[in-house]
Amino acid sequence: MTISEDRRPTSTLPFTQPVLKATGLVKTYGRVVGLDGVDLELYQGEVLAVIGDNGAGKSTLIKCLTGAEIPDSGEIALNGKQVQFRRPQDAKHHGIETVYQGLAVSPALDIASNLYLGRELRRRGIAGSVFRVLDTKLMRANAKAELDRLGISTLQDVTVAIENLSGGQRQAVAVARAAAFGSKVVVLDEPTAALGVRETNQVLELIVRLRDEGIPVMLVSHNMPNVFDVADRIHIQRLGKRAAVITPKTHSMTEAVAIMTGAASA
Amino acid sequence: MTTSMLPDQAGAAAKAPGVPVEEEEREGPLRRLQHFLHSHPTTIPAFVLLLGVVFFSLAVGHRFLHPFNLSLIIQQVTIIGILGVAQTIIILTAGIDLSVGAIMVLASMVVAQTASHNHVPAVLSLLLGLLVGLGAGAVNGLLVTRLKLPPFIVTLGTLNIFIALTLLYSNSASVIGQDIPALITATGATFPVFGVGVTYGVVLMLVLYVIMAFVLGRTAWGKHVYAVGDDKEAARLTGISVNRVLVSVYVVAGAILAVGAWIQIGRADAASPNAGADLNLDSITAVVIGGTSLFGGRGTLWGSLLGALIVGVFRNGLALAGLDVLYQTLAVGVLIIVAVSLDQWIRKVRS
Repeated sequence: MTISEDRRPTSTLPFTQPVLKATGLVKTYGRVVGLDGVDLELYQGEVLAVIGDNGAGKSTLIKCLTGAEIPDSGEIALNGKQVQFRRPQDAKHHGIETVYQGLAVSPALDIASNLYLGRELRRRGIAGSVFRVLDTKLMRANAKAELDRLGISTLQDVTVAIENLSGGQRQAVAVARAAAFGSKVVVLDEPTAALGVRETNQVLELIVRLRDEGIPVMLVSHNMPNVFDVADRIHIQRLGKRAAVITPKTHSMTEAVAIMTGAASA
Repeated sequence: MTTSMLPDQAGAAAKAPGVPVEEEEREGPLRRLQHFLHSHPTTIPAFVLLLGVVFFSLAVGHRFLHPFNLSLIIQQVTIIGILGVAQTIIILTAGIDLSVGAIMVLASMVVAQTASHNHVPAVLSLLLGLLVGLGAGAVNGLLVTRLKLPPFIVTLGTLNIFIALTLLYSNSASVIGQDIPALITATGATFPVFGVGVTYGVVLMLVLYVIMAFVLGRTAWGKHVYAVGDDKEAARLTGISVNRVLVSVYVVAGAILAVGAWIQIGRADAASPNAGADLNLDSITAVVIGGTSLFGGRGTLWGSLLGALIVGVFRNGLALAGLDVLYQTLAVGVLIIVAVSLDQWIRKVRS
């Protein structure tokens, strides 16, 4: 739960080194080309939206950047150092947390167990080291503290099973998990797709809060108003390539859609 | 919620979009029951067991509650109870193991034969049996994860393979108790508890239940078993090594089955290559009646012990009542259908 220094980017492109930089990513599935040499830069303390039509390669790009898929070629660098992710764990170890579309939560487990799934805390002493006993109490307390810190007030009881929650609450759990452990980058794939208006606003507030704490956020979304609401820069993906990078200040929503569909060039 | 919105409710929702309509207050008693059973899954098997005990106490009278009879039920339940531990952890991962009985018999033949024919020290024979259990479990686990075959098919295949190996290895001959060292048959020895004869095998089974219930509920491995059964892809994306968890589950099940082999030899005072290949279905029955979902991720170990006890009590009670053995089988069949229907209904809980 590290909080980096609070440094907001200026509206012009920052000259600092990108936190996450991808160069020439290629990913094919048989004859289908998912990514055709994509470049991407994510800077400290910004919200970078990734938009694109269906099949433009948004999800594939996210998966390659978070270890869920292995790119055929291309390079990924984290804070200037080249990295290779072969499994989701690899990306997590480097501080990249992802909320996948369709949520990677276990419905039958409770909120606290889900927050700590795959990185459970064990008790101190012999109970933890030899008998591997979990410190359920500490995990619940931490989970509660983390939800409070993020201002998620609708989740009071962290012992409730995920399947008893509404769509927005589940999403909040998934985002909270990413926020709690994503020390370098938080990636959200269509986080508001299944949500109502109020729940969507809560998730967007969470995104802004994360950004304000200095964590760069990558947001994949179909929802243009949402994207223009929170994004500092917008990466437009088209036909497996990066078509353009724009900002909400320099371009309108209509122009963004035009670039996305190929009706206009950047 | 299938009921349509009331007019005033619909109006309110239209005025304030996104404000959730309070549904909790409108829940009927049936839905509340559904929720309760959802969060307390062992309630039903515990209730059914209690019902069975009360019913047969009244119907059959003192013969059912006689210490000798209770001791008999417990001993009959022991083997299914042990197999139930192995079966439960596998079913929790949304798998199934048809080869549990066959693995146990194979391990028991290896233990008995090495000790009697090859004069291997008893402790070493038991360790060889453990190795056989671990190896057989590893074969199942690796086939499920490496070849990505459904557990049903894998274990259907290994069921036949292990049966054949058992018969080949033993030349289809049993080993009688007096040829087997005392340490190995000691699991069948009894000691009295309040006048009821209890075997060391029963104690061993209970110890296994306590250990595994602890492991499932209080360790990360246990959480991961549930998570893998709940949603495999979600578990993978969370950073759990799904294949490693699956293989370890089958290997642990194999070790438990080896302990089962030790208890089986003591209970039968012999090792027979033909005993128990059909125990796989009985173990699945115990797990299902115990409230564990065949779809994975949901259930408790103690439920399986209750499930095994329920089957034991019903079989025993019906036999004492003088009914034909066919009616026992009929009753078990009805219990399975009822248990799975209840599971389906409980799984529909969504708020």
